[in-house]
Amino acid sequence: MWQYVVRRLLQMVPVLALVTFLVHALMLAIPGDPVRALIGPGEVLDEEQIALIREQHHLDEPVLVQYGIWLSKAVQGDLGRSTQNQRPVAEELGSRALVTLQFGIVAWLTALFVGVPAGIASAVYRGRPVDYIATVLSIGGVAIPNFWLGIMAILLFGVTLGWLPTQGYVDIFEDPLEGLRHMALPAFALGVTSCALIMRQSRSAMLEVLAQDYMRTARAKGLSERVVIWIHALRNALLPVVTVFGLQTGRIFAGAVVIETLFGIPGMGNYMVQAIFARDFVVVQGGVLLMAVSVLTANLITDLAYAWLDPRIKYGD
Amino acid sequence: MTEGTLPALSAEHPAVTTLRRLLAMPQAALGVVVIVLTVLAALLAPWIVPVDPEEMDFDNLLSGISAEHWLGSDQMGRDTLARLIVGAQVALMVSIGAVGLGVALGVPLGLASVHFRGFVDDVIMRVMDALVVFPSLLIAVGLAAAMGGSLVTVIVAIGLANVPWMARVVRSQGLTVRELDHVAAAQAGGMSNVRIIVRHILPNSVAPVIVQATLGMGYAVLTEAALGFIGVGIQPPTPTWGNMLQQAFPMLDQQPLLSVVPGLAIFLLVLAFNFVGDALRDILDPRLKGVVDA
Repeated sequence: MWQYVVRRLLQMVPVLALVTFLVHALMLAIPGDPVRALIGPGEVLDEEQIALIREQHHLDEPVLVQYGIWLSKAVQGDLGRSTQNQRPVAEELGSRALVTLQFGIVAWLTALFVGVPAGIASAVYRGRPVDYIATVLSIGGVAIPNFWLGIMAILLFGVTLGWLPTQGYVDIFEDPLEGLRHMALPAFALGVTSCALIMRQSRSAMLEVLAQDYMRTARAKGLSERVVIWIHALRNALLPVVTVFGLQTGRIFAGAVVIETLFGIPGMGNYMVQAIFARDFVVVQGGVLLMAVSVLTANLITDLAYAWLDPRIKYGD
Repeated sequence: MTEGTLPALSAEHPAVTTLRRLLAMPQAALGVVVIVLTVLAALLAPWIVPVDPEEMDFDNLLSGISAEHWLGSDQMGRDTLARLIVGAQVALMVSIGAVGLGVALGVPLGLASVHFRGFVDDVIMRVMDALVVFPSLLIAVGLAAAMGGSLVTVIVAIGLANVPWMARVVRSQGLTVRELDHVAAAQAGGMSNVRIIVRHILPNSVAPVIVQATLGMGYAVLTEAALGFIGVGIQPPTPTWGNMLQQAFPMLDQQPLLSVVPGLAIFLLVLAFNFVGDALRDILDPRLKGVVDA
């Protein structure tokens, strides 16, 4: 087991190296002199000063050397300084990521606590109205653009009813009530797709489990229907739900880019988009590294959760 | 998928059988109708567009549904219906282009993975992992910053995001097929690796690739819309469903219809692709049920 975890962690290294190198190369391929991005607008420098900046930032070195310098610092936790405002990238990214994480978690938990029960109810009451409603919602939830759902939610709850704020962000730890009020609409918009997928997966998994012989045995033993469903069936039905979790981490990041723009939330997605336009490749590279680590870690947790939920699955060769 | 090895039960072409079964499923039939209508609208655009999508009607700014503007007009008096139809052309071009690119790069990579195994397989799959890690939206934002937001940028960005899924589908299909008794026998009998790929793995990959491609089309429409909305997609004045939503957003409190219409169009087309994709999966390869989800 631990051997397996260590091996998987080691396998992450080449993927991370590849991802960050590709980003590095891509950012350098963007036309325009990167020195331009380093000096303030309207600032005029002579040749000598430009050469000095170039040297300070190692821009005169070959791509591989530049990448090597970045990498050796990155492994020590130093992601460099933003070329826009000279602030340490690791620090800024950390605070931005916390914002994205907050509403990502709210979105994800909502999706989980709505999606799993709805999927199970849908399977248990198959063919009844509950099932139809849940199925229609889950089909719609996958096809609807999350940001459009956000716009429609703004229209209904913000513009028409005036119940919820539609822009900005309040730290949930400073003012929990305002924080949640600000988070409600974006988290809803972000979570709907995941919720629909979870509902769909848990419904089909539950249907499969309910048809198994051991379910009949459990009922024959005289166990109550509630125990049969929630204890015996649920654990096995959760397996595919875990798969969705692994796949959704990347999607939540992608969704966050648009949703943060829509709701004016100062999270990671927003930060990355601004950095790309400002050619602030130090920030972009750090951000991509953080995202890559998160997605790969989520995948690893997913695989470990499999083993925990299904003892037949063993890792470690 | 066994057409080549088993005698056909009827003279009907397998594609016709598939289509007939598809139309017999209500959801899939609905999907086919929506897709056909969208394609027709896009193809016939020059003849059916009521007015020039860039023509400004200053007497009717932000109008609701009216005789002059069936689906209303925007803040510059441009006709929403006309823009919606031209936007359909863009949505279809993007989805076909992006999925085409995904297939063109992903299928050979998947096959190469199966063919060479070992080190090459490892390298290819790690590169695919790296691509999955990138949210396609960020690739697109990066490409847009590098090359400017255009049809090609958008297609490349979304297409790249499709590559790993195609490669994985083909690879896993290949790994399964290679273990089948008759394929193992053929290999033991001296059939070359290349011939095994051409004769057994490739034909068996067609069904899952078609399913993945159909679902990928819906995903492409969604991603294009998101890119257009944050302003890095295809740039105005070319109307796309995404940039229509972007321009409509500041007008949300004055004319909500402007935000409702393009969103509904996106929703319906994506729904249609998903319906058809799911149905194709059930028809072509029941074993895949639930696997290609998400």
